[in-house]
Amino acid sequence: MTVAYFRTMNDISQFSVGISVLEITYILASVLFILGLKMLSHPLTARRGNRLAAIGMIMAILATILFHRKEGEPIGNIGLIIAAIVIGTIIGWVIAKRVKMTAMPQLVSFFNGMGGAAAALISMMEFPHVSPELIAKSGMANGHVLAILLGLVIGTISWAGSMIAFGKLDGRIGDMRIKAMRYVNLTILAVIIGFVVFIMTRHVQASAELTPLIIILFVTAVVYGVLFVMPIGGADMPVVISLLNSFTGVAAAMGGFLYNNQAMLTGGILVGSAGTILTILMCKAMNRSLLNVIVGVFGGGGQAQTGVAGTVKEISVSDAAVLLSYSKKVVIVPGYGLAVAQAQHICHELDKLLEAKGVEVRYAIHPVAGRMPGHMNVLLAEADVPYEQLVESDEINPDLPNTDVVVVIGANDVVNPAAEDDPSSPIYGMPIVKARDAKNIIVMKRGMGKGYAAIENMLFFNDKTRMLFGDAKTTLQNLVNEVKAL
Amino acid sequence: MEGILEFFMANRGIIYMVILSVFLGIEVISHVPAILHTPLMSGANAIHGVVIIGAIIVMGHAETTGAMILGFLAVVLGTLNVVGGFVVTDRMLEMFKKKK
Repeated sequence: MTVAYFRTMNDISQFSVGISVLEITYILASVLFILGLKMLSHPLTARRGNRLAAIGMIMAILATILFHRKEGEPIGNIGLIIAAIVIGTIIGWVIAKRVKMTAMPQLVSFFNGMGGAAAALISMMEFPHVSPELIAKSGMANGHVLAILLGLVIGTISWAGSMIAFGKLDGRIGDMRIKAMRYVNLTILAVIIGFVVFIMTRHVQASAELTPLIIILFVTAVVYGVLFVMPIGGADMPVVISLLNSFTGVAAAMGGFLYNNQAMLTGGILVGSAGTILTILMCKAMNRSLLNVIVGVFGGGGQAQTGVAGTVKEISVSDAAVLLSYSKKVVIVPGYGLAVAQAQHICHELDKLLEAKGVEVRYAIHPVAGRMPGHMNVLLAEADVPYEQLVESDEINPDLPNTDVVVVIGANDVVNPAAEDDPSSPIYGMPIVKARDAKNIIVMKRGMGKGYAAIENMLFFNDKTRMLFGDAKTTLQNLVNEVKAL
Repeated sequence: MEGILEFFMANRGIIYMVILSVFLGIEVISHVPAILHTPLMSGANAIHGVVIIGAIIVMGHAETTGAMILGFLAVVLGTLNVVGGFVVTDRMLEMFKKKK
């Protein structure tokens, strides 16, 4: 391989003002990416950080169009490139602005898939053009070909996987849980690696001769991406998206190797490593290991508590209204059910009514409430619930024994006492909101269905628990009317 | 063995950069609070849209119609990743701001 990269990096003979401007812009863009990420991890600076990174990106794109040279050739097809950017911008902007906040996770997944697909396309187009001199010198086994193949494989897996994750979160694709899947997946992965080695050990004059093999490699990677995500439970999708996010970062970095492009390299690697750490942090928030998520032990369907006995007790809307109105302290535990019912606004109306009656209302936010860590904060912020009312579960738990009523709305696993009591439960050890410590518990639910993790919840059979069945939005609306009428 | 060493010598600049970037990525976000996981993931998602630069380069040197179509598609998809990613992140963070 090889000398090729380093040579261009130091070769002064290629000096021109345009190239220097380009390289300086790339350095600035890289710095802005780093600063942006850094600022994104603090609540106060997050928004500015995102914008800084966006400015870096615009600079890098403009400089590339204006100053990039490949063997002295400037960027051609500028009209078409600008047209493509305009089309992408309009579509991306409209989708990003229109989509409901509840659909945010699948949207991130969708955009991530687009990046992966772009990386795969680049590899596919570059493969037939590997320089014949390089092949004559070191055969197909060189860094250039490796970067192309890895970009193709990783980008494709990220694209296919993201589309499946998107479908799952959007409720279009169900889970497929077959134990044998992991062996199938490992086999396919081995096939892909074998194929990459096979391609790199061919003896050819020009890489274009191997184009059919590239297409087979692409198809295999699509199959792997699909099968990799299929068996993973819907509840674990955020972790998967975060993982695929870092995959796309690595795929973009491969493009950086390919073109000896520092902006792509730093941007890609940065996202690759930050994404990996973020994935691990998310797993930690759920007290699970990454391996456990990928292999998919979750959602085996309630191994332990077989045939949980007990009856659930219902409560009428008017009784619930009275109970809430005459309480001193109320804690609302919102879950994804609240979000899908689009009930966050009406929920805030209820809490305002109760506050007007002198009831102290707070929200207990579990780190993984919703579909992604932090998702619930976004949803409640959208409904104008004041930040001070949102309390993290660790913080609110000690105060729950003094709480008159805990209202669980569309949440299930995050209040399941099995996480503390039942070592055989798949969620054992996960930190929960200790709803059962409260004096009264009202659970709003559509029906007696199990939660996302598909395990029985003993909280519903607790003596202090009263169930309020129905759609969260309708029930809350009825409750608001009752409270008003009191 | 010599081949490996040669590879290392020829690419040591890039290898340095990759290793340092990996540590930087880890360091930069390792203390992020859980409420920011979603926006951070979304922001990082937008940053790997930098792949669009590769798409522009490949499209800029495309000659056959087939390559043009694929290149065009790559630029559109890359732009979707960049624009969608940043706009959606901004929208999420906008909501955090309102509460104050």
